Amino acid sequence: MLRYILSACGVLPLLFANPAAAASDADLEKIHTEIQQLKQTYEARIQALEARLKQAENTAKAAQSTATQADEKATQVAAAPPPTAPSGSNAFNPDISLILSGIYSNLSQDPANYRITGFVPSGDIGPGKRGFSLAESELGIYASVDPYFYGGLNFSMAPDNTTSVEEAFIQTVGLSKGLTLKAGRFFSGIGYLNERHAHTWDFVDNPLAYQAFLGTQMGQDGVQVKWLAPTETAIELGAEIGRGQNFPGTSRNKNGAGSAALFGHLGGDVGVDNSWRAGLSYLHTAPSDRRYADTNLAGGSVANAFNGTSKLWIADFIWKWAPQGNPVRTNLTLQGEYLRRSEDGRLTYDTAATASTDTYATSQSGWYVQGVYQFAPYWRVGLRRDQLDSGSVDYGSNNANLARPSYSPSKNSVMLDYNLSEFSRIRFQLAQDKSHQGVTDNQLFLQYQMSLGAHGAHQF
Amino acid sequence: MKQQMKFLVLILLLGATFSARATVSVLACEPEWAALTQELGGDKVSIYTATNALQDPHRIQARPSLIARARSADMVVCTGSELEIGWLPILLRQSGNANIQPDKPGYFEAANYVHKLEVPTRLDRADGDVHPGGNPHIQTDPRNILLVAKQLALRLAQVDAANAAYYAAREKSFAERWNVAMKRWETLAAPLKGVPIVVQHKGFPYLEEWLGLREVATLEPKPGVEPTSTHLAEVLAQLQRQPAKMVIRAAYNDGRASDWLAERAKIPVVVLPFTVGADAQSKDLFGLFDETVQRLLKALQ
Repeated sequence: MLRYILSACGVLPLLFANPAAAASDADLEKIHTEIQQLKQTYEARIQALEARLKQAENTAKAAQSTATQADEKATQVAAAPPPTAPSGSNAFNPDISLILSGIYSNLSQDPANYRITGFVPSGDIGPGKRGFSLAESELGIYASVDPYFYGGLNFSMAPDNTTSVEEAFIQTVGLSKGLTLKAGRFFSGIGYLNERHAHTWDFVDNPLAYQAFLGTQMGQDGVQVKWLAPTETAIELGAEIGRGQNFPGTSRNKNGAGSAALFGHLGGDVGVDNSWRAGLSYLHTAPSDRRYADTNLAGGSVANAFNGTSKLWIADFIWKWAPQGNPVRTNLTLQGEYLRRSEDGRLTYDTAATASTDTYATSQSGWYVQGVYQFAPYWRVGLRRDQLDSGSVDYGSNNANLARPSYSPSKNSVMLDYNLSEFSRIRFQLAQDKSHQGVTDNQLFLQYQMSLGAHGAHQF
Repeated sequence: MKQQMKFLVLILLLGATFSARATVSVLACEPEWAALTQELGGDKVSIYTATNALQDPHRIQARPSLIARARSADMVVCTGSELEIGWLPILLRQSGNANIQPDKPGYFEAANYVHKLEVPTRLDRADGDVHPGGNPHIQTDPRNILLVAKQLALRLAQVDAANAAYYAAREKSFAERWNVAMKRWETLAAPLKGVPIVVQHKGFPYLEEWLGLREVATLEPKPGVEPTSTHLAEVLAQLQRQPAKMVIRAAYNDGRASDWLAERAKIPVVVLPFTVGADAQSKDLFGLFDETVQRLLKALQ
């Protein structure tokens, strides 16, 4: 239709332009031909126009559909669907973390005779078994309880098939004002190493000072409050009261608390490369009938018992360096702690026979310093020096029965570990242990530590 | 007199406390979110950045200084998708700060608002450091920045309702400038479409999707596992059959593996800033993408 109107429009002016030209046949023929030519030309042009129109329509349609798609995509992107959460009754299962560890120990001395000369035995300490054995395996189960609490349980499975509850605590989350409350069984916040689980240690064992004064690590049942100051330098103050059932305390059949602890930590950064933390802690326990096996001056085996108070001070310091604060390639950690303990009370010598009770006062100290250097990705080397000072020991009238050696137990350790990922570690450690007077124990350890499952963030 | 002095000191202290509260205190986990928060928050926010561009955001320690900052923050702005799994949970738990717990408006995870790539179909640590929620390095696509900006502005308005209009206006202005900049980058980067590349860490899927780059190999045998000589040799052999135009690594990655490969495969190494602050040019988000596009184009020549 459009075509005819247009062609008519094209022809009409021509007709009117030559109104008086209808003369001869030849002329008429000429006009007819011209009209035909014109018609053809317009026809062609109109066809071309139509084709272009059609093309334009298609392009518009395509553009529209692209636009729609883009819109859809944009909507999808904007409203990114939340990750598909697992449904069902087990969706709220807590984080489960399993630590597997095994060790090969080569000890030049019989571990059954292990002791730290001049120091009260603090429980199950020493280098462990000779030969192959499982080291401590840990099973930890942790999760948020609700918006207000976080809780967890940590089982420790010893190679002798005994299981103990290392930690089982609940703590507040975001109580505000920088306060955190914790209750249950937990490692005391004193010192630096005390709170750290065995799988985060830099050496196979804890330093001599921790073995002598804290029975390796002091955990107890109780409550803890921590307060973080609203300052740029981290200032954390904490207090604990608890049952104090573990060395240096003992379990007691009494109401109230058997132990109290106070600690404060300061920490910050120096530039981008360095960060540090320093702390001071105090632990007060009241051991009741704390029994231990000893040897008297005549060389006979006796059992003694202590009643009184035990006070322990700890100063700790740690410095970490990493170029640009990026520890992935190389980093260095220096740390040290000084522990000083004084005990006052009454000691019963040879509870089974003589049972002579008199005053007892000791003041002893110990320290360690260590450095761990990661010299290449995966590889770390560490060096540690432990030393104890037997200080002053006064048994009162029992000085006639018990030795008071003036000896400084010491130990040097060197370790090399290989960490293929954050979850696996293989460690080689050599140590020369002179904790027993007159005896040198040359120790070699080869250990693996692997972490399976959910593995929470580690503390500084 | 003594009483009056005490009163005066008290007033001064209170004044100091309130004036400190005048801005929203933000702890940003990574520099790109610090920069974005700055764009949107202007002088109504004060920001502390937990990491810098030369640090691997996967491997940060929960340092005392970070815990102290978390204690006083009104808001944390992080990537999420488990990028900060190794340190952020400790900061939150030890902060004793209710405002920034995950159920509160003061806790913002950018990765929640973008379409994530490389969401694993199976979860096994044998696959290396995989993120169950998908690849967390979302900041390398400017379209993601725009999506996050919109949500972050809304969140700032929620935390600091008094200045809601201010944040909305700044977001609008930012989005306009950003859209213009994106057009510019996309035009400039057109020659990069379909260019085969090798990456050190799987840190650039979003950049690749944006510019149409084609990743043919990674130097890390598994995500988060350092390149090994065996794996590098394999990549080199692969490149001889199927050449690539360049090796890309982030500023925080160690350079040895990429240099080794680049030298033997005779292709250039491109060190991308990856985030704000990695070099003099990447001083803000605009500079970051200017520089990223520039360096890629330069390597193509």
